[in-house]
Amino acid sequence: MTTRTLAVVSAGLSNPSSTRLLADRLTSAAVAALRSRGDDATVETVELREHARDLADNLLTGFPNSPLRGAIDTVTGADGLIAVTPIFSASYSGLFKTFFDVLDKDALTGKPVLLAATAGTARHSLALDHALRPLFAYLRAVAVPTGVFAASEDWAGGGGVDSALADRIERAAGELADLVTGRPAGARPVDPFADPTPFEELLRVQGPPAPHRSQARGGPLQGA
Amino acid sequence: MQFGIFTVSDVTTDPTTGRTPTEAERIKAMVTIALKAEEVGLDVFATGEHHNPPFVMSSPTTYLGYIAAQTSRLQLSTSTTLITTNDPVKIAEDYALLQHLADGRVDLMMGRGNTGPVYPWFGQDIRNGIPLAVENYALLRRLWTEDVVDWQGQFRTPLQGFTSTPRPLDGVPPFVWHGSIRSPQIAEQAAYYGDGFFHNHIFWPKEHTQRMVELYRRRYEHYGHGAADQAIVGLGGQVFMRKNSQDAVAEFRPYFDNAPVYGHGPSLEDFSRETPLTVGSPQQVIERTLGFRDYVGDYQRQLFLIDHAGLPLKTVLEQLDILGEEVVPVLRREFAALKPAHVPDAPTHASRVAAAGGSRDATVYAAADSVTGKAPGQAREEREEVEA
Repeated sequence: MTTRTLAVVSAGLSNPSSTRLLADRLTSAAVAALRSRGDDATVETVELREHARDLADNLLTGFPNSPLRGAIDTVTGADGLIAVTPIFSASYSGLFKTFFDVLDKDALTGKPVLLAATAGTARHSLALDHALRPLFAYLRAVAVPTGVFAASEDWAGGGGVDSALADRIERAAGELADLVTGRPAGARPVDPFADPTPFEELLRVQGPPAPHRSQARGGPLQGA
Repeated sequence: MQFGIFTVSDVTTDPTTGRTPTEAERIKAMVTIALKAEEVGLDVFATGEHHNPPFVMSSPTTYLGYIAAQTSRLQLSTSTTLITTNDPVKIAEDYALLQHLADGRVDLMMGRGNTGPVYPWFGQDIRNGIPLAVENYALLRRLWTEDVVDWQGQFRTPLQGFTSTPRPLDGVPPFVWHGSIRSPQIAEQAAYYGDGFFHNHIFWPKEHTQRMVELYRRRYEHYGHGAADQAIVGLGGQVFMRKNSQDAVAEFRPYFDNAPVYGHGPSLEDFSRETPLTVGSPQQVIERTLGFRDYVGDYQRQLFLIDHAGLPLKTVLEQLDILGEEVVPVLRREFAALKPAHVPDAPTHASRVAAAGGSRDATVYAAADSVTGKAPGQAREEREEVEA
């Protein structure tokens, strides 16, 4: 039996938070879906609230401090990711965005991601597709087709969760499990330090100007 | 092992007085600091190169030439020379001339710079940072080692029959270090040529330093320059010291809290834990610095940053006194006792001349000068004929 790791990023601010509640529902459903496909799962949850200062520091210093580095390693090393944010002012929260801003640009390439959001009203539901999905498309993560949005009224059904929301959770979790089980376990990005480009090859890169031969993205210190 | 200081040449408001020095004051303060470095027995002084406010050091060779004239022992270096946006021909000329004037006390550290807008000011594009560093340095080496260069590349107009003057002092180019925080290609470049590798080792976690140095050492051996532990490594470091560590923390905190780069972010305590910054007693600085060896191995050069973030000149000079009297003598002794015999010292001009088989005059005489239209030898022979 293969053991898969699931990372869960929750950007809820209050305690208890409906964002974390949704994250937990999705996590249980994803673990169950993996088990039903014959894989075991370990879950590591990152509460971004605990890293709020770390994230602000990272924006200024250009590097994550040790607690934040642990959270980043959890997310980038996982086989699958569940990312849940409250919707603030028609989009993901600033805290949620900041976490994904400080990741290396290739850190989530190819990673299966389940996107979910909470809000006080269902009028925000398209923020999932208008805000979260483009963010993860940019990061070249593979977002599952079903995004899960929960507004206040969705928590009012029988047994605490509206049956339509429960169905979406099931469907999204199944889609995530399909993607995760379809990949080799523990796939990691290439380490440029383990296998550097030989210098002769760097010297050979000649010829006409190639203005789009690009390396770095992001802040002023990234190229340093 | 060499010990010294490096400066970024920032003009920063002193947060405790609200006063900002003028450029004139900062430039003269940097002269005083460099001269003091020699006076207190440090080995190396290095300056950064920047082309925008709040920095004053746009012309390092002008400044280092002035320092060279007033010192006799101090090794003069750069931290860093922008190999990306400077014309490699001008670097070859400027530093060859400086080396003559300084009697061989010059080496250089190549870097790409971290200010995106600088590139277009000099007609370049930051996205070409690595290819520029690779091509420009390859040309610079040829300009120093070959008397006549034919060259064509991607980023600069071609050269036909070009001779960079003056030729290197004693026929041996200055030693070069390459600096980079986290680009493996630059560690690879330093290893390929058997040059030195310097990690700035300030403002960043030690893990960046560790993996860059590890890669450089591994590849240095791969390219046949010696064993991995014989590669030439330099580190930066950032310190502030007072006799009592509490006094050091209290005095430095306002400078830390308002500093460029990391100010208004992490606490002094967090940043001291996460990066090599050490604020405390001389003994704490000694212990922390000796600990650098645990993750980079035996290394050849240690430079400290002590004059940024608006610290007044008087305070910086006091820091130099502490370094010279209490810290560096101990570090010198302790590092020397730990270093195995097969690990070399940092190359100097003298050691490189010796390795090249001795000094030679590398002057390239012109075939004809533009005033007389005659080569120097030819003019002399004709004069002798007339006189005879």
